Amino acid sequence: MSADLFDEMHAPDGSIRGAYRHYDQWLAEQDSAWMRRKHFEAESFFRRTGITFNVYGEENAEERLIPFDMVPRIITGAEWRKLTRGIEQRVRALNAFMHDLYHRQEIIRSGRLPERLFRHNRAWLPQMVGFTPPGGVYTHIVGIDLVRTGPDEFLVLEDNARTPSGVSYMLENRETMMAMFPELFTRVKVRPVSNYPRLLAKSLSNCAPACASANPTVAVLTPGIYNSAYFEHAFLADQMGAELVEGSDLRVIDGRVQMRTTHGFQPIDVLYRRVDDDFLDPLSFNPDSVLGVPGIMDVYRAGRITIANAPGTGVADDKAIYSFMSEIVEFYTGEKPLLQNVQTWRCADPDSLKYVLDRLPELVVKEVHGSGGYGMLIGPTSTRKEIAEFREKLRARPDNYIAQPTLALSTCPIFTRSGLAPRHVDLRPFVLVSPEGIDITPGGLTRVALKKGSLVVNSSQGGGTKDSWVLDD
Amino acid sequence: MLGRVANGMFWMYRYLERAENTARLLAAGHRMALTRGADIADEEWRSVLTTLGQLQQYKAQHDDFSGNHVCDFVLRAKTNQQSVLSMFERARINARICRSAITAEVWEAVNEGWMSLRDLLARPVRETSLNVALSAIRRESTLARGATHGSMMRNEVYSFVRAGTFMERADNTARILDVKYYLLLPSLSYVGTPLDTGQWDNVLRSLSGERAYRWLNAGRMDARSIAELLILDDRFPRSLAFCYASMRENLTALARLHGHEGPAHALMREADLRLTGRTVEDIFDQGLHQFLTEFISRNQAVAEAIAEQYRFNI
Repeated sequence: MSADLFDEMHAPDGSIRGAYRHYDQWLAEQDSAWMRRKHFEAESFFRRTGITFNVYGEENAEERLIPFDMVPRIITGAEWRKLTRGIEQRVRALNAFMHDLYHRQEIIRSGRLPERLFRHNRAWLPQMVGFTPPGGVYTHIVGIDLVRTGPDEFLVLEDNARTPSGVSYMLENRETMMAMFPELFTRVKVRPVSNYPRLLAKSLSNCAPACASANPTVAVLTPGIYNSAYFEHAFLADQMGAELVEGSDLRVIDGRVQMRTTHGFQPIDVLYRRVDDDFLDPLSFNPDSVLGVPGIMDVYRAGRITIANAPGTGVADDKAIYSFMSEIVEFYTGEKPLLQNVQTWRCADPDSLKYVLDRLPELVVKEVHGSGGYGMLIGPTSTRKEIAEFREKLRARPDNYIAQPTLALSTCPIFTRSGLAPRHVDLRPFVLVSPEGIDITPGGLTRVALKKGSLVVNSSQGGGTKDSWVLDD
Repeated sequence: MLGRVANGMFWMYRYLERAENTARLLAAGHRMALTRGADIADEEWRSVLTTLGQLQQYKAQHDDFSGNHVCDFVLRAKTNQQSVLSMFERARINARICRSAITAEVWEAVNEGWMSLRDLLARPVRETSLNVALSAIRRESTLARGATHGSMMRNEVYSFVRAGTFMERADNTARILDVKYYLLLPSLSYVGTPLDTGQWDNVLRSLSGERAYRWLNAGRMDARSIAELLILDDRFPRSLAFCYASMRENLTALARLHGHEGPAHALMREADLRLTGRTVEDIFDQGLHQFLTEFISRNQAVAEAIAEQYRFNI
């Protein structure tokens, strides 16, 4: 490992960084054979509780586990406070940006954002123009992916304003840690995350439409048990005490979206949908969809249901838009952004394209609409042939790509057969937005690249997760 | 609750119950095969398949009725969609579909049960380990039921859980009796040969009723009291009368929650009337076989009415 990499636990001189001091003391007292046993225990725990995910395009892999690493990822209270200010600012800006984009488009009139960026954006929905969702909230749940490159450097890698997933792992990882190492939590004060489902339920209820009763009916819409995140959908519905519905349960009756209960059809006030925009309403979008509800968009536009997140928020997940985030934050908040982006070259811009093509072996190139680690090039770990192939794709459709430097992502130790070993990590904090305010759960989901030297943390590509601690200090 | 979820819960517990009863039936068949000659053993395995409604399908794939073939087919054959393993798999899929309707305890019991049976039934079960496999099936099903009993709220979900359980159990008991009804006919009870008591004993074992029977009828063994126990005694948890007492209780709870009864209640009451206040003599006069076939179809009609009334599918 090169010396300029930042390890969150071990300083270059071999000393233990502050955040990990108590954990390290505890670890030193543990028997190593016992720790190895615990390592295997964790897996059977996850299998039993059914925390699995499905990988698309893999046969016989209907249910797979995301590997869990039992060394916590630790952030100090001070680091976290600073982070949350930046996240809150960014989320507020994102929400204002969405509203503006579907109304007066001041940001485009002012010349800060080129119009073509969203005109060609597949996530842009004309059906949303001129419509304001209940409570004015577009992004009810946001996941901001952060990477760390040094003691004080947290950078935003991407914004997930569409349907951020992974929060069930945040919650279950903590449960697992507390079940495996109860005494550890008496030694180290960690801020709890278990409130999340309750806060989510409250936050969604706060966004209910005007026609809802004082106690709004909230439902989670899932594509069904074969969806890769089904476990999470069921988990959240269960934890919130909300119904878990599928498209086939829903129908538009009397101008409301209603679910088929044993008592007959009953209206839903807030739908936390885990179905993409395209599949939400076969009458408005993909006509072949059987996952959605015919006519739901009409009900929505009549203000008689809240859809979370609002349709069309995927625009903000676009990586070309991302490259304008500091302008967006400044435009809507009037403040300098507290959280910086990773330096990004937009390949649509001829000068940038030339720069990127010249330096492909050093850069990371991503599709602007891509996600899940698919369709990207990591220059330093790719073969010449892969780079040459990517170069052609880039030349053919430069506006489909952005490029970033290959970051020296921070590392955090994982538990291996031969003891602790550093691996690259990122962090996805979860943010709830309602008219009552913004709430950020302390911590989030830490994803870790389990392969030595790998920078890809996505679970679909061999990444694992860790419990993420924010110290109560 | 959602109609789709009510359907999922109802069937989840039907599958669990069926898997367990199938194991019971195999255990009784196995015991019979061990203690009797080859002819009787073959006949016994054949009647197991008849009871399960799997005879035609089995015959399409096998020429003999050897214990190994029958057990393999019933327990785990990939070609048999009604196998015990596939029952458990379906119960687990339903548990996943209805994950937010059940507690973590129930989910874990069903999920772990499925995992352990999947491993256990990954290879053919040899005769020497058949009992181990069968008791594992009973145990996993019992654990799921125990977790349900100990952790689930007594609400609408629970009523569908119980209705599914007892609907299936009543059906299974009636089917087992119907395949063996000729053994219980009064004319035969006068014969009283050792073979007959062995067959009777087997009927009781198929329903785990041998112990209850001994306690109630110390030293005696006759067809009349066996039929009475399995059909009319509402203290025995696998009797038709017991199952219908539970059906009554759970459908009444649903009516209370919904504020009204429906066609399912009327049909349930009709089926129930044919059990309560009857004597074995009445039933034998009517004809045991006729009584049982009628019961099975009435029971089926109740299940269909429940599905419709509580909007399982539309």
